[in-house]
Amino acid sequence: MSTTTATETHAGPVEHHELSFIRKYIFSTDHKMIARQFLFSALMFLLLGGLLAVMIRWQLGFPGRPLPAFIQWIFPDTMAPGGIILPEFYNSLVTMHATFMVFFALMPLMAGVFGNLLIPLQIGAEDMAFPRINMVSFWIMPVAGFIMLASFFVEGGAAGAGWTSYAPLSTSGEWTGVYMGQILWLVSLIVLGFSSILGALNYVSTVINMRAPGMTWFRIPLATWALFVTSWLLLLAIPILTGGLLLLLFDQTIGTAFFRPEGSGEPLLWQHIFWFFGHPEVYILILPAMGFVSEVIPCRSRKPIFGYHSMVIALVAIGFLGWVVWGHHMFQSGMNPLLGMTFVVTTMVIAVPSAIKTFNWMGTLWRGDIHYDTPLLHAVAFVALFIIGGLSGIFMASAPVDIYIHDTYFIVAHLHYVLVGGSLFGIFAGITFWYPKMFGRMMNEGLGKVHFALSFLFYNMAFFPMHNLGVQGMMRRIYDPNQYEYLQGLQPLNTFISISIFLFAATQIIFAFNFLWSLRYGKVSGNNPWKSNTLLWTTPSPPPHGNFPEMPTVYRGPYEYSHPDREEDYWPQDEPPATSDAGGQPAAAPTLEPIPGD
Amino acid sequence: MSQAAVATMDRKPMPGMMVYNKKLGMWVFLLSEVMFFTSLIGTYVIMRFAHPDHWTDPGVVLNVPLTAVNTFFLICSSVTMVKAFAAIQQGDQKGLQRWLLATILIGATFVGIQAVEYIALSGEGFVPALDSYHAVGRGNPHEGPSLGGPLYGATFYAMTGFHGAHVSIGVLCLIFVYIQSLRGAYSVQDYEGVEVIGLYWHFVDLVWILLFTIVYLI
Amino acid sequence: MNFFLRMGMLLAGMLTVVIGLWVITDPEWVDLSWVMPDNVVSTFGQSLDNMWLVILWITGVVFVITEITLVVFMVKYRHKEGRKAEYIHGSNKAEVVWTTITFVIVIGIAFYSKGLWDEIRDPDRIPANAYPINMIATQFEWNATYAGADGQFDTSDDFVSRNVLHIPVAQPVVVNLIAQDVIHSFFLPEFRVKQDAVPGMITPVWFEATRTGEFTLACAELCGLGHYTMGGTVIVHSQADFQDWLESRQAEAEDD
Repeated sequence: MSTTTATETHAGPVEHHELSFIRKYIFSTDHKMIARQFLFSALMFLLLGGLLAVMIRWQLGFPGRPLPAFIQWIFPDTMAPGGIILPEFYNSLVTMHATFMVFFALMPLMAGVFGNLLIPLQIGAEDMAFPRINMVSFWIMPVAGFIMLASFFVEGGAAGAGWTSYAPLSTSGEWTGVYMGQILWLVSLIVLGFSSILGALNYVSTVINMRAPGMTWFRIPLATWALFVTSWLLLLAIPILTGGLLLLLFDQTIGTAFFRPEGSGEPLLWQHIFWFFGHPEVYILILPAMGFVSEVIPCRSRKPIFGYHSMVIALVAIGFLGWVVWGHHMFQSGMNPLLGMTFVVTTMVIAVPSAIKTFNWMGTLWRGDIHYDTPLLHAVAFVALFIIGGLSGIFMASAPVDIYIHDTYFIVAHLHYVLVGGSLFGIFAGITFWYPKMFGRMMNEGLGKVHFALSFLFYNMAFFPMHNLGVQGMMRRIYDPNQYEYLQGLQPLNTFISISIFLFAATQIIFAFNFLWSLRYGKVSGNNPWKSNTLLWTTPSPPPHGNFPEMPTVYRGPYEYSHPDREEDYWPQDEPPATSDAGGQPAAAPTLEPIPGD
Repeated sequence: MSQAAVATMDRKPMPGMMVYNKKLGMWVFLLSEVMFFTSLIGTYVIMRFAHPDHWTDPGVVLNVPLTAVNTFFLICSSVTMVKAFAAIQQGDQKGLQRWLLATILIGATFVGIQAVEYIALSGEGFVPALDSYHAVGRGNPHEGPSLGGPLYGATFYAMTGFHGAHVSIGVLCLIFVYIQSLRGAYSVQDYEGVEVIGLYWHFVDLVWILLFTIVYLI
Repeated sequence: MNFFLRMGMLLAGMLTVVIGLWVITDPEWVDLSWVMPDNVVSTFGQSLDNMWLVILWITGVVFVITEITLVVFMVKYRHKEGRKAEYIHGSNKAEVVWTTITFVIVIGIAFYSKGLWDEIRDPDRIPANAYPINMIATQFEWNATYAGADGQFDTSDDFVSRNVLHIPVAQPVVVNLIAQDVIHSFFLPEFRVKQDAVPGMITPVWFEATRTGEFTLACAELCGLGHYTMGGTVIVHSQADFQDWLESRQAEAEDD
């Protein structure tokens, strides 16, 4: 292996002696196994985050009512004596719900699961650039998760300053009543950051250096493109958070005053550091889902993605612009109003690439041949719900209007439309679409459609009215809105929302059942059940170690569906062209000439 | 060219960045490290502008001459690192080992001197904590009014402390590479491991030059 | 079964569930309004409500057009035997058109926002005759501090009104927010006023009441255990009544 060649390659499947159980399932370096590990862990944390949300909604829907007997016994008197949720526990609930969802469910699902599963297979690589670092990146996550879970059991309970952990509230147990819990929250996230950074550097290196011959940049499937941009965001944003978390940890433990005013510290500095990370973070949470949707819609509409180049440019634009909008979280913070105005402009501008993507997804459906499969339904729901989330963002992007809706349920509605309506439905699209490749079997279509329909219904019943709660002036993170006379009339609506959430949560049982049942009893899928074009679908389901028997060669882009000259309505990327030059050239010597079909 | 000929041609991945994986990975990792130090240094800059009264003139509290010598040591260690890399590019195993060892020893010295400096400073009351901050200036054995404010100590220890941690980790990695070199793991054909630890080491050195300038000289 | 029949049944079922739960929980219909509540009580508050309405119209139109288009596409282009999808990669013209239109709309809203933002937030635009009140925010109460007869703050004749902010009608008022412990947020929903109170900073926020009455003061930033209890009242007096109230409180303060 010479260091003067550009990359190292193996031709052919890597011949290994049979690995022990531990090497194969526990400390695996195979990206596909690591993806499964991330998947199972993340789904467990998604379940936990959901249960915490159900508890929040119990309090808001049925304030002061004891929890039902069958779960009351779980909670000690420090959390819910007699089953009645305490205000301190409520503050922990809102904090930990968001923390587990963002850091332990969504991020691992986006990057850990799909980054690992899709990238090598879609670009024609045998594995990631650094398989052992990949393994380490996974194992850091349960360690961090354990620390975060442990924080529930220490004296004072889990962190209660919000997932945004604003200073000075978060700097001392004197303000929150939480001591060790806040410290463990910080330690857990500091540790978790390394997982993200190591994973991201693996993805970036792999995409740059390990694409199969002919896989030029503009023949890369959009899911990989989205994960590539996301990885850059992770690489550059997470270290900022880590720095801030460390400084806050020092404020809490060794008595520094970075954010504590009594020592000339600046509470706003925390906000700037947090949101400078925090805004790229939300794009980390949505861009991969956009990538999944960009794979599913073309494939199941049997039609090329509308505007492939624009989609790539939009992804990159969002990646860049996401760095200069953070101040819109701080419009009402006391920040300089002129600075606030510049953030209004940048925030409005970042709506444009998202709109471009939305129009392109719609353009893909237009004159398509749309198959109503579960993945497609989730993908189209993503578009419909992302439109709502994006449009509601316009209100708060206008700083004067934000005066009224900042820190109200209008914001809660917006963020859940993009994170649940967007990201979660995108994840459902991704899981139902790529499950066959991962496990060799199809998920059940009937159950999938029922789960989709009920989820869509209950989700909107729960979150759409939250816009109205915000318009009526209901604040966030509020244990008992009935303390305010002007909010008392909203109790029935809050109860409506809570029941809808319970039904939404219960519906996920269908998904869990489908997922687990299909592992054993699902219809065997074969290599390419969806008749998709990407290299991923040329492998067996699941693919063997090393993925491809020999390194594939790519002749065209990934969205050549329904080509008029072909009988089949799809055209895999690695199929050599026919003798006539209709649509592709081999690229043994990589060429950058424009090619019809690119 | 016929399809059959194409199909059997030597398949190599796309050229990408024209650097091998480990090197690309290290560059990318160093970019994330830049962002980490940006958050710390950015905090320092913002605090220094917002509360200049917390800082003293250079040299009043901090030992600039000692740290200047230490900086020189660190730069020397980058030179020895370059020599180590040059050695293995020629296939000179003994040279590689010698220069790696030199780098390790100088790097450890840097950390050691910094530890000594920390002990002296905290003895003079220059600490990160708000409540116990009472910097009385270099070599001043007597109690006196406190110089500057707690942000000085807090930002100083945050920046130099995390830098020192990065140097320490670098030294540990260098020891690993040194042991590997004793085992003959590197050669003219494969010296990737040496090159990437070299990149990390030079980065750590560059960060220090920046820190030394803004913390000790300004 | 026919596609439309199936979809119709599905929709009917969904509607039944929604209406059923609505009937059971029985919320107020007015709570579903997307228009700002009809309770605005400040001068710039009405401008804020108008801006809200403009954005509501624009986003509303976009919402209706895009969602209906989505549904139409889903129905019209669903899979039918014998029909193939159209092999088209996109349209540069379409990209330019919809990018430009979107950009113009959002930038328009941005610039439209500037005037009102400056009016409310620019420190130089705080009316010169604004009556100053210091508001000390602490866990978990609002202590409105008045200057007393000497007109100076931090003198012995200052007096505090705990959790009740008294102000005159038709007179600009500037509240100087001072947080003593953690970040709180001074939220007057009916006035459309909100400003974070950050410890270590004194943040002015001005407004002018347009009618008398009693209104809500709330904390809108998580500030600890008692965040949900940190409510208060704003009492807007006629100018004469406000003078009376001031004088009686000043007299008490001097007696202390």
